[in-house]
Amino acid sequence: MARAAVSGRLTWRVARLVSSREENPSARTLVFDVPGWPGHLAGQHVDVRLTAEDGYSTQRSYSLAAPADGDRLELTVQDVADGEVSPYLTEGLSPGDPVEIRGPVGGYFVWRPADTAAPVLLVAGGSGIVPLMAMIRARREASARTPMRLIHSVRTADDRYYTDELRRPQPGLDVTYLYTRRTPEGFSRPPGRLTVADLNTNGWPADFAPDCFVCGPTGFVETAAEILIALGHDARRIKTERFGPSGG
Amino acid sequence: MGIVSPGFHGRRRDTAVKLPPGQYLTEDFPVLTAGPTQHVPLEKWEFVITTELGQKHSWSWQDLLALPSETPTVDIHCVTKWSKLGTEWQGVSLDTLLEDVDTAADYALVQAYGGYTTNLPLDDLLDGQAWIVYRYDGDDLRAEHGGPARLLVPHLYFWKSAKWVRGIQLLDQDEPGFWETAGYHDYGDPWREQRYQGD
Repeated sequence: MARAAVSGRLTWRVARLVSSREENPSARTLVFDVPGWPGHLAGQHVDVRLTAEDGYSTQRSYSLAAPADGDRLELTVQDVADGEVSPYLTEGLSPGDPVEIRGPVGGYFVWRPADTAAPVLLVAGGSGIVPLMAMIRARREASARTPMRLIHSVRTADDRYYTDELRRPQPGLDVTYLYTRRTPEGFSRPPGRLTVADLNTNGWPADFAPDCFVCGPTGFVETAAEILIALGHDARRIKTERFGPSGG
Repeated sequence: MGIVSPGFHGRRRDTAVKLPPGQYLTEDFPVLTAGPTQHVPLEKWEFVITTELGQKHSWSWQDLLALPSETPTVDIHCVTKWSKLGTEWQGVSLDTLLEDVDTAADYALVQAYGGYTTNLPLDDLLDGQAWIVYRYDGDDLRAEHGGPARLLVPHLYFWKSAKWVRGIQLLDQDEPGFWETAGYHDYGDPWREQRYQGD
């Protein structure tokens, strides 16, 4: 099992919003400047703490969307209906405003371009794409030749993330979308949830021994991981990150 | 007090409830696991306590069910910030399982099907603080929540309550488990907010 990617004391740092951009109608990418940021690995997350004037504070965890870039870091935040933190981050925060960030956290659900020659399968449900996108970007930045396949399940074409970037061809990266509610015109697969056929057709054969990263809502991750095991993948090569509807 | 984020007011929920610092209340039951859900057939299930001298004490599924059970109702706190109040479980107290185990060990390394491990002082498993539970909210414990049986140590962050528990290795020296090796706190007291190393 992965050895520590986090060590020493994790301190809260002041992060100031530099800019933000819309990814889709319910998610924004926020770029923060965090002086003294120690760097991170693709797949890690941070804790974000918000404090009100009267001292009330609350925290949530968010995946890092991009590899380390000096003092800059990017989070993609999906609005959670009735959320306490996400609507403030996506709508209430203006450039220059501070939040506190602590991290990076998590040394297991990570991918390093130099780690292994094994192909990589990324399976994302909705905003589960975020830590997987950091892996795709890390691969590109390192000019790594690791073959990567991304299977992204979204409700409709409007719910995709990083659309322009993923549309640009990258040698060795295959992107497959699955639509659960409505398909774009000309798309032959009917709308529906992830199936054995989807992972069998668009993933890697089990005997290629790929590293599999699965991230999304609990039910999606349960389904994807069980299909991968049924297709013969080694459970030890399947890393998962689940989030419940209560995430903020 | 932390740095104030302008215009952030928060949405304080039930103020009558005192939660550990940094936690928020949830009504549902999120699932967090590092790998796929384990499915352990009951006929193969076994729980083994191994002492620091290598003596093994083991229980089959039938053995476990035959032991006197308790029905703790407890609050649980996940390091990912959610807390869930008044969860109802059924299982066997570790006091019962450790009753006839002759040990002078100070530490326990909990082992799970699938390879997960987590460590804690042996004292934290005793005196009515920990159970091997097999029922939740009136039903058999579902696999995604650690069924057929998981450890329940509600006074520590929930990653210590190993799902799919299969045994406990008693040790003279502390030995960090899966998340502890990856930077999480060795002990994990939610009320002292011991999330990560150095907290």
